[in-house]
Amino acid sequence: MTAVADSPGAAAPSLAGAAGRWMGQSVPRKEDPRLLAGRGRYLDDIVVPGMLHAAFVRSDVARGRIVRVDTEAATALPGVRAVFTAADLNPLVHETWWSMAGKDAVYAPNFCLAEGDVRFVGDPVAIVLADSRYVAEDGVDLVELEVEADDPVLDVDAARSEGATLVHPELASNVASAIPKADVPGLQETFDSAATVVSETFVQHRYLPVPMETRGLLAQWDPFTEELDLWAATQSAHELRAFFSRLLGIPESRVRVRTPDVGGGFGQKVFALRDEWAVVLASKLLGTPVKFVEDRRENLIAASSARDDRMSMDVAVDPDGKFLAFRAELVENVGAYPFAGSGSAAALVGMCLPGPYTVPAIGFSGDAVFTNTTGRAPYRGPFLMETVVPEQIVDVVARRIGMDPLELRRRNVIQSSQLPYQLPTGLVYTGVTPAETLEQAAELIDYEGFRARQVAGRADGRYFGIGISLCVEPSAIAFGALSTEGAVLKMEGTGTFNLVLGSSSTGMSVETTMRQVAAEYLGCHIDQITVTQGDTATTPYGAGTQGSRSAVLYGNVTREVSLEVRDKILRIAAHMLEASPDDLDIADGQVAVKGVPQAAVTFEQVATMAYQGTAMLPPDLRAGVEAVTRFTAPMMTFVNACHICTVEVDPDTGQVQMLRYVVSEDCGQMINPKVVEGQVAGGVVQGIGGVLYESFVYDEVGNPLTGSFVDYLLPTAAEVPDIEYGHVESGTSNALNVKGVGEGGAVASPPAVFNAVADALAPLGVELRGTPLGPRQILDALAAAGH
Amino acid sequence: MPEGDMSVSMTVNGRERTAVVEPRKTLADFLRQDCALTGTHLGCEHGVCGACTVLVDGQAVRSCLVFAVQGEGHEVTTVEGLTGPDGALTPVQEAFRAEHGLQCGFCTPGFVVSATALLAENPRPTDDEIREGLSGNLCRCTGYQGIVNAVRRACGRADANSSGSMEVPA
Repeated sequence: MTAVADSPGAAAPSLAGAAGRWMGQSVPRKEDPRLLAGRGRYLDDIVVPGMLHAAFVRSDVARGRIVRVDTEAATALPGVRAVFTAADLNPLVHETWWSMAGKDAVYAPNFCLAEGDVRFVGDPVAIVLADSRYVAEDGVDLVELEVEADDPVLDVDAARSEGATLVHPELASNVASAIPKADVPGLQETFDSAATVVSETFVQHRYLPVPMETRGLLAQWDPFTEELDLWAATQSAHELRAFFSRLLGIPESRVRVRTPDVGGGFGQKVFALRDEWAVVLASKLLGTPVKFVEDRRENLIAASSARDDRMSMDVAVDPDGKFLAFRAELVENVGAYPFAGSGSAAALVGMCLPGPYTVPAIGFSGDAVFTNTTGRAPYRGPFLMETVVPEQIVDVVARRIGMDPLELRRRNVIQSSQLPYQLPTGLVYTGVTPAETLEQAAELIDYEGFRARQVAGRADGRYFGIGISLCVEPSAIAFGALSTEGAVLKMEGTGTFNLVLGSSSTGMSVETTMRQVAAEYLGCHIDQITVTQGDTATTPYGAGTQGSRSAVLYGNVTREVSLEVRDKILRIAAHMLEASPDDLDIADGQVAVKGVPQAAVTFEQVATMAYQGTAMLPPDLRAGVEAVTRFTAPMMTFVNACHICTVEVDPDTGQVQMLRYVVSEDCGQMINPKVVEGQVAGGVVQGIGGVLYESFVYDEVGNPLTGSFVDYLLPTAAEVPDIEYGHVESGTSNALNVKGVGEGGAVASPPAVFNAVADALAPLGVELRGTPLGPRQILDALAAAGH
Repeated sequence: MPEGDMSVSMTVNGRERTAVVEPRKTLADFLRQDCALTGTHLGCEHGVCGACTVLVDGQAVRSCLVFAVQGEGHEVTTVEGLTGPDGALTPVQEAFRAEHGLQCGFCTPGFVVSATALLAENPRPTDDEIREGLSGNLCRCTGYQGIVNAVRRACGRADANSSGSMEVPA
């Protein structure tokens, strides 16, 4: 294992890859006591005087003309304060673009409420404001909505065809964004001359983020100051603030966004959806606080969709099993109102397609297509097709050429000795260890031993399978609004610290891990540090907690701001101790002269000098100990993992039983190993759920069939195995030596599960071409193979 | 009393609570709104996710599927009622913390209540019994790893975890 040397200055700690006093320790979470005791505060727990509750009238037709919306009976209901439709709210909309996507991205039309027609089942048509959620829902029932249904656009291929009905008549086409086929010199010749070419098309079905807390916000428009005070269950308070200032056409300084405890997000809570705009506009129209907490049905059918794409891929292989070229074509179903921009992840999929392998030539193209379904929003690893399809087709190649899939990966995986490694797409890998994680995972799961048991099992009519997924993915993607985070660190008058970050944690343990980083670099106990986050009035601008960026962005800016404060502490202590800063050590909240531990001052004494003994400070030292700084990350911080799992498939019932699940991952220096493993496990189980249980389904007219947890099946504790972990801690290009680990589990797990099931069924001649892999799909595949 | 509303009394966390409610008000909303006990969370309101689990006369019950008026005369314990008055966590809660059995914390009260009820009924559950006993609660963050380990730890099993618990370094 290697590590990037740390060089923050003479007196600063150098971790050089090893665990420190706080870094690398599984410190118990600061967040936990309140959350365990039921004393967390989530959006729906916030009550303010005069607050109204919102509920929405939504379309139950996928596409059609609004003939009539009659709100009279609803408005007359006691307890209902107002009912608004598009005519009331849409004219109040100014601009509706997001910092992350930019003003000039392609956006779906910016209707707040459906105007003239409806474009998916769940499309918000009217908002009812009432004294309680119960009465608001009564009001919804009394609104008469008449829609003349029309044939919806559901199929991505029909949607792209000549003369197709338009999802958005305001736009020229149903293609939301496209990456055209590029003419890659020599690519076709490589395929023409290769010993073997394998071509497959894999479908990834629609499955959803499903945070346990649904979306919600509490908008408080003050008509006297013309300011918006917004509580929001969001992953990105600052992005929301910028957005709502544009929506309302007021300066950003007149919008404050605060985040309470947030019950998960997984990407769905980065952006505010159209119904949330309506809540803010309703508060403005009424001059009254308005709260909206969506119910689970709304969350499933109307919040946002994810996955739902298809990729065709060709692989050219030489006689030794070496990959010569990858060529892929991606089609994404982005629904009617994707956020933000086109909702496409194709650019990243194309750039990252080679993944962990040395592939000399790459071709890629993609279309993102509007349909009359719920719009796509980010979901944990939105670019995962870069891993899902290549990893699945690698196993097909292995079967086709008669080579074990582990051996095939060994022949093609990028070795550490090849770093820095430039992909044909232009990206340059540094600090990745795909070969090491492949070997570690294979050893952990006893790959050879399993293969032997698998053969023995087949003799007994039992179908065991093993699936590998090897993944290099970009964490902390840092372009535009995502590129930077700031931090403020203040030593308080008693020698404790307040660390202020622009994050909006939705379960990522930011309060704990960032205290660990700060304590390490300040040289004090974590209990001397509090973290403030999730309030745009007090925290520096930042894109928030998403995209596997917290460790890289918040971690590094916390390190830098801590070192600045540490330097000031040293200089004041040097003055107090009549020594040179270079001759001082900091530990446990004390500054002492090296080798003379009795010559020491505490942080409290330093703080007293800094804030009260100002007359005694030399002229070159300003009063106070506080720092503001900002970190800008490199464009991508690559992170890698290898997942290997084993399953047993029952060919009579189509049931898949997970047996073992092993993850070897390299996220650099772990700040808190338990938190890292928790992130990995959460992602893995979302992938297991996605492949085996979860599937969001529409009927032939675009009506959702899976609008409850009775139909949309999340995995429970009874379905998942114990996950086993291996860690490789290699170096990377940032000074804290960390890589983001939030998404990787969800990116690498679907193809691992898929490959294991496919491996189990391969002796029966079954070929699987996509997910989900519920009993129905497996029995169908068996039947197609003649069983 | 508004027409149709009903008066309801029950013991909640050892304290007598009386309120006038609509008959359709759920026990969960009564606890959250009338008793200001917001630790009971609503994740689905159709009885699947288990975030709203409370104890009614010692039995784990989904408070979104029960009307407040059905609580008349019963003894209800919410997650807030498990913790000591000084904020001291119970062994189950401590085990969740040590095993990283929670991330966002939204499902956590329901799991803590369910695990407490499970262990009261079966102090030494097998792995299968733990998994089955928790299968009425959904978590989207942890992949259930830390949760299952927490219950193993809470009943004193040595195999609670594979990689060490969370402890403040000495």
